[in-house]
Amino acid sequence: MHIMYFTEQPMSAYPADKGLEFGATALMFPNTHFDPAEGSRLYNEFIEQYRLAEAVGFDGIMLNEHHNAPFCMQAKANVFASILAAITERVKIVILGNPLPLSENPVRIAEELAMIDMISKGRLVSGFVRGGGQEQLATGANPAYNRERFQEAHDLIVRTWTQPGPFRFEGNHYHQRVVNPWALPLQKPHPRIWIPGVISKETVGWAARHRYPYIALNTTVEQTNAIWKLYDSTAEEVGFRSGPEYHGYLKQVHVAETDEKAIENARQFTWMQGEFTGLAHPVWSTPSGYSSPEQRRGFVEFSTGRGTSPRRRPTFEEQIRNNMIIAGRPETVIAKLREVMEQTRPGIMSLWANDGFMTQQDSLTCIRLLGQEVLPALRETAKALDLKSPFEAETPVSLQFSTDLQPRAVAAE
Amino acid sequence: MENQVAWQESLLPIAGVQLRLRRAGKGPPLLVLHRDTGTPDQLPAYALLARHFDVLLPEHPGYGQSERPGWMRSVRDLAVTYRWLLGALGLSRAALLGLGYGGWVAAEMASMAPGDPAQAMLVGPMGIKPPQGEILDQALLSHIDYARAGFHDPKAFEAVYGAEPSTDQLVEWDICREMNFRLAWKPYMHSLTLPHLLGGLRSPTLVAWGAEDRVVPAGTAEAWRQAMPQAAVEILDGCGHCAEMEKPAELVRLVATFARVA
Repeated sequence: MHIMYFTEQPMSAYPADKGLEFGATALMFPNTHFDPAEGSRLYNEFIEQYRLAEAVGFDGIMLNEHHNAPFCMQAKANVFASILAAITERVKIVILGNPLPLSENPVRIAEELAMIDMISKGRLVSGFVRGGGQEQLATGANPAYNRERFQEAHDLIVRTWTQPGPFRFEGNHYHQRVVNPWALPLQKPHPRIWIPGVISKETVGWAARHRYPYIALNTTVEQTNAIWKLYDSTAEEVGFRSGPEYHGYLKQVHVAETDEKAIENARQFTWMQGEFTGLAHPVWSTPSGYSSPEQRRGFVEFSTGRGTSPRRRPTFEEQIRNNMIIAGRPETVIAKLREVMEQTRPGIMSLWANDGFMTQQDSLTCIRLLGQEVLPALRETAKALDLKSPFEAETPVSLQFSTDLQPRAVAAE
Repeated sequence: MENQVAWQESLLPIAGVQLRLRRAGKGPPLLVLHRDTGTPDQLPAYALLARHFDVLLPEHPGYGQSERPGWMRSVRDLAVTYRWLLGALGLSRAALLGLGYGGWVAAEMASMAPGDPAQAMLVGPMGIKPPQGEILDQALLSHIDYARAGFHDPKAFEAVYGAEPSTDQLVEWDICREMNFRLAWKPYMHSLTLPHLLGGLRSPTLVAWGAEDRVVPAGTAEAWRQAMPQAAVEILDGCGHCAEMEKPAELVRLVATFARVA
């Protein structure tokens, strides 16, 4: 079992009433409400959290990236990955992920990641994502070509890492006269690639067809198991046997000295828990062409207030009841996490431990309690349930670099 | 009904896609190029035009019921496709009536064959960067809010789409919007080269603009006049972006007069 620490790096120090008044805290919510002095304080607090997470025994630190919104302060995951490469010694640096379609030059991303891998002495796990809908608008990336750009940029990055240069790349969206960067990853054939996502079937299938572990982001137990079913059957089609080492799960988990205090703090998980990305605007979060055509009707109904969000989230109490949010003193959390692990059998777990206005002191206490009490129990459970990480199972990094494939025989007509 | 057009419908294989074409009326051929929000099947303006013209109303590839060409990348591609359509129909000299976004398509077509269109008539066209203000960004607005912004008088919007447009209509607008993004995302809804390519136009050219246009500022007419010094410019008072829906009688009178006089 690989266990990671995650914080979305919330920019909690903004006037929340202004967000409510504006009706959205994304894309167009004016950055005059951003205070760089508070930003400076918070960035440095997150660094302190990451240092502690390594010290108390986490296996990895998960990073992500968003734009134009207070719910996530990372505008470039590779910046924090670079910092971690230098200030940590043992943890995996797990970027989930770089939003590829937002980039006009994927070779630059390949170079940055190669540098991070070398500086960290081979500790990089390089996830890739499509980026949220409003991310496309914030960066001018065409939402109608989002998936095409994602796939093409991915192909180019993997080739950049593995094919000796110089070579030329002429795609539909990316055109590189000379690909020959003098920065290549330390890990061979290339750093592991994990694909995080919610419930997009296309993305789950794509990850499985590449033999990349899929990290289900805060989905329900039922959704998570439905994802594994699709992943595993796709894996069988392309010729490998899936299992826990391909299944990752991000959970919101907060620990405090008492159940009461933990529950009170965990309410902060609803701080930005509106539409996918906090108090989002339905039109901005799903620009035309970004989602698959079968979701078109659902999203246009939602955007005019005629339907509920396809990404709707239940109330806090409901989320506590169904283990969407796990909060309590260590014994409470251990029991609940064990239940979730039995139900979903992941080989990779990411613990999203704080959000919103949780104080730095409470965040650090949570990390300490997780390390001292929860992680050892989780490792025992993982051992009993035979939940191995990709590192423990020594899986190949991708389908392309697999030597053990047995594609399912096509049934006789 | 007097206001209903009895369209003859066909699907034509052009540039590898099935293009839906509706045709009705008597008179000289007139290719009507619809907006970035597609087009209703019936409009009073179409009925009025059909009295004067052999009206050809295609649905742009990727819009409405016309098949999407996955390869298509620009409004210029769309213009070439329509030149191909007119050539295939033996109507290369058809007059062009371009509505908003369709006006951009018409201008691109005219720039390719500067003497071909019997008349080129552009109504509040996109395609040139406004000297002042901006082209309204639909990416930031709901489908209904964007469609409403095309009208000066909300009642005129409701007369066409109803006070609460149907979900089918929203889906149709979303399909249009996706194709708009595919063709005109960046620079948004204009070309940096088109203004330099219009100077050779020999066809009689009309630029009509709703004085209250909130989608493409009416002041952009001046940029068109500079690009096409011979063009006639007409401003429609009390009218928003969607002149054919808001002021159908006035617009058709203008168009018919221009086409006959010219």
